[in-house]
Amino acid sequence: MQQARSPILELQGITKSFGGVEALRGVDFALYAGEIHGLVGENGAGKSTLMKIIAGVHPEFSGRFLVNGQETRFRSARDAHAAGIAMVHQELSVAPDLTVAENVFLGNQPTNRLGIVQWRRMAREAGEQLARFGINVDPMSRLGDLPIGLQQLIEIARVLFSGARIVILDEPTSALSPPEVERLFTTLRRLRDEGTGIVFISHFIEDILRVSDTVTVFRNGRKVAETASAATTKGALIEAMIGRGGEVLEHSYTDDLSLPKPSDGPVVLKVDQLSLARSLQDVSFEARAGEVLGIYGFMGCGQQELSRILFGKLKPDSGALIVDGAAKSFASTAAARRAGVALVPESRRAMLFHQEPVYKNVSISILDRISALLLKPAREREIAKHQVEQLQIRPPVVALDLGMLSGGNQQKVALAKWLTYPPKLLVLCEPTRGMDVGAKNDVINIVRDLRARGLAIIVLSTEPETVLSLADRILVLKRGALVREFTNEPVSKDRLLEAA
Amino acid sequence: MASSETALAADRKARGIGPFLRSQMRNIAPFLTLIFLSLFFAFASPSFATLDNLGNILTQVSVTGIIAVGLTFVILCAEIDLSIASIANVTGIAVAYFTLQESYVNIANVPLPGAVAILLSILLCALLGLVNALGLTVIGIPSFIMTLAMMQIAAGISALLVRGQIAYKVPSLISTLGSGSIGGIPWIVIVAAIMLLAGHLVLTYTRFGRYVYMVGGNREAAEYSGLNVKLILGTVMVISAVCSGIGGMLGVAHFGSAQQNEFDTYLLDSIAAVVVGGTSLFGGRGGIGNTIVGLFVLGVLNNGLDHVNIDSFLKILIRGLILLAALVINVYAQRLREKTAD
Ligand SMILES: Nc1ncnc2c1ncn2[C@@H]1O[C@H](COP(=O)(O)OP(=O)(O)OP(=O)(O)O)[C@@H](O)[C@H]1O
Ligand SMILES: [Mg+2]
Repeated sequence: MQQARSPILELQGITKSFGGVEALRGVDFALYAGEIHGLVGENGAGKSTLMKIIAGVHPEFSGRFLVNGQETRFRSARDAHAAGIAMVHQELSVAPDLTVAENVFLGNQPTNRLGIVQWRRMAREAGEQLARFGINVDPMSRLGDLPIGLQQLIEIARVLFSGARIVILDEPTSALSPPEVERLFTTLRRLRDEGTGIVFISHFIEDILRVSDTVTVFRNGRKVAETASAATTKGALIEAMIGRGGEVLEHSYTDDLSLPKPSDGPVVLKVDQLSLARSLQDVSFEARAGEVLGIYGFMGCGQQELSRILFGKLKPDSGALIVDGAAKSFASTAAARRAGVALVPESRRAMLFHQEPVYKNVSISILDRISALLLKPAREREIAKHQVEQLQIRPPVVALDLGMLSGGNQQKVALAKWLTYPPKLLVLCEPTRGMDVGAKNDVINIVRDLRARGLAIIVLSTEPETVLSLADRILVLKRGALVREFTNEPVSKDRLLEAA
Repeated sequence: MASSETALAADRKARGIGPFLRSQMRNIAPFLTLIFLSLFFAFASPSFATLDNLGNILTQVSVTGIIAVGLTFVILCAEIDLSIASIANVTGIAVAYFTLQESYVNIANVPLPGAVAILLSILLCALLGLVNALGLTVIGIPSFIMTLAMMQIAAGISALLVRGQIAYKVPSLISTLGSGSIGGIPWIVIVAAIMLLAGHLVLTYTRFGRYVYMVGGNREAAEYSGLNVKLILGTVMVISAVCSGIGGMLGVAHFGSAQQNEFDTYLLDSIAAVVVGGTSLFGGRGGIGNTIVGLFVLGVLNNGLDHVNIDSFLKILIRGLILLAALVINVYAQRLREKTAD
């Protein structure tokens, strides 16, 4: 349909390798003005790499690169920015110590003739911009103090309103609640109609189909399909992505699903009237061995705080934690770990060492089980290799620095840390965020396997699908209070959304 | 060793030679600096490149080396210890205070048997380190401020103990280790070498060492991995204080006297040795190997400048400039590293 016009951005035969790893092999890609171009593919397929090339982050690659028909080479992200290209990275790249306003204007703060930053003007304009996007925060608050989803929204807002003609969004919705995703889509459509070219990467195929005009599928560093969104289906896309039938892999959870009878295993965790200023009110529940307890709620409903309290990272104002029958008040995460509690937080950055090899990341939490005084690197690597195979982490090289893995593969490493010596209680926040459909399926299987081994597992998520695909029993958390429990009854995405 | 070599080899293969070299910049640059300085002084002065002078250099960097062992742990954790020189000083003074002095030394000291004096002095520095540790971890005072206060506290204790006087005698064990030698090799060089080696072994081969690197690399991730970050940070502050204390006792024996402000230059020298060697000020990168190279760079520079005809006031400036260059490389290396790991 857009074939008549010429693309604003065109890449031909792009090849990029990182030493031994070939991330992209001869990829062609074109983006037109006034188009939303969806990009899907398995973890490590090369989506982020291609986008980073476009945004000038990876200046070294082979192939032709044309902007508005002109052959161009960016030497840095600054060049790309000057050419009107802006990107929201998969990893949050905000400056947590700066204010919201400074983040919105990062790099082009309004100054007066003397070069002095005009704070008042900046705060006012930032506030206006964010309000247009439906975000109401104090522009002078410190960004790092806001919940991670809000930080992500602010970063998206910054990029969308930077005036760029080409906007790249790499998994922007991973931390957003459904209404926020809706708002984002409305904004994207408006920008498209104003003539902006947008690339949108997501593992949520439904979202891609809904918002994009064109979809491109990547597999193993190659482009394997490009079609108009209207002319394809979810099943067909998944098949192109992973090369096998997709129907089995992604359920849409719009129909009722019946939860099993509750587990009668021993109570591993009892939470009694937990309260934390403005985040949690009188939260009480139990988690039993051999069950997966799902806790669903919108962003900011208190899930994050609850998970931190369970792992000893936050102290509640009042209330009790009873683990295995003994009352605990964890003074540190180390104490929680010793008591058999493990946490995978929603942000990879929070629990991974990007500059250390994969095997050190996998072994760090269990070093005391592996070695008394002296390290046993060979044993560590063996353990890591086993986990890498189990979780199909790619590339399967345990000596590689973690920072060189794709986002989804990093997430798998975060999970792998706790699997060698499983804890009694495993708390998973957004366990499948950023994972492709195949990997999500793998995680579902791993969690089921752990449940069969008698662990108590708590899954906290703002995605109804994640909770529905994993949990045996579901609690709904709303503004810090538990408002609904689904046990042994039919449940669906709509019923969850309604309760929250 | 074999393990880290295979890891390095895999790393190199995965990344290609250029990026690999760039990622190793923090190790390569100090080494090149050392070679360059050594060659420069060797050509500039015939008396520099002699075996005798090598011995001098080794002896000159020994006290700094002992103190720098503990400081390396601290900086690897992305903290700082500004009290090292003061703690060295007070420990040296304490060991003299607990030793019988000649009658003309006008100090109201408390003579004790040598072993007890040494033990008490070590306890003293460990205790001061513990105060640093508690301030940092329990109260949450940034190490920069906490150890600044400790610097003053330790200096205060020193002042109270010697009251402006000078003490000379230390227990015989200390005076042998500080100023004696065996087979022509000064004991103090041997002690420094053993402590550096021990520090290296702990950092490279023990679980604690790994924790130090991981806490320095990403403190939040360490906490989410269930490590006892506070315990690790606290331990590191105590290690630093004890190393400083040992350096202080041997230093007093080496100089032949114990007095106020005797170690002032060692604060900057020790920090410089660690940082010039390439250990990252942001934590998590570097190690004792780097510190040894840094010590030699400093030692060669200080010693070499004495062998060439330079205005002695200019020397101070030159040292400052070299330190600045090292800092620039340190920060730059970190950036390169972050870029390649992106
Ligand atoms: N800086 C780097 N150094 C080395 N290898 C890298 C680097 N960045 C990416 N890779 C490799 O390139 C491949 C493609 O990674 P990329 O991040 O583009 O995947 P992706 O499609 O975005 O996956 P995900 O959905 O998990 O985010 C992966 O195999 C990854 O390990
Ligand atoms: Mg990616």
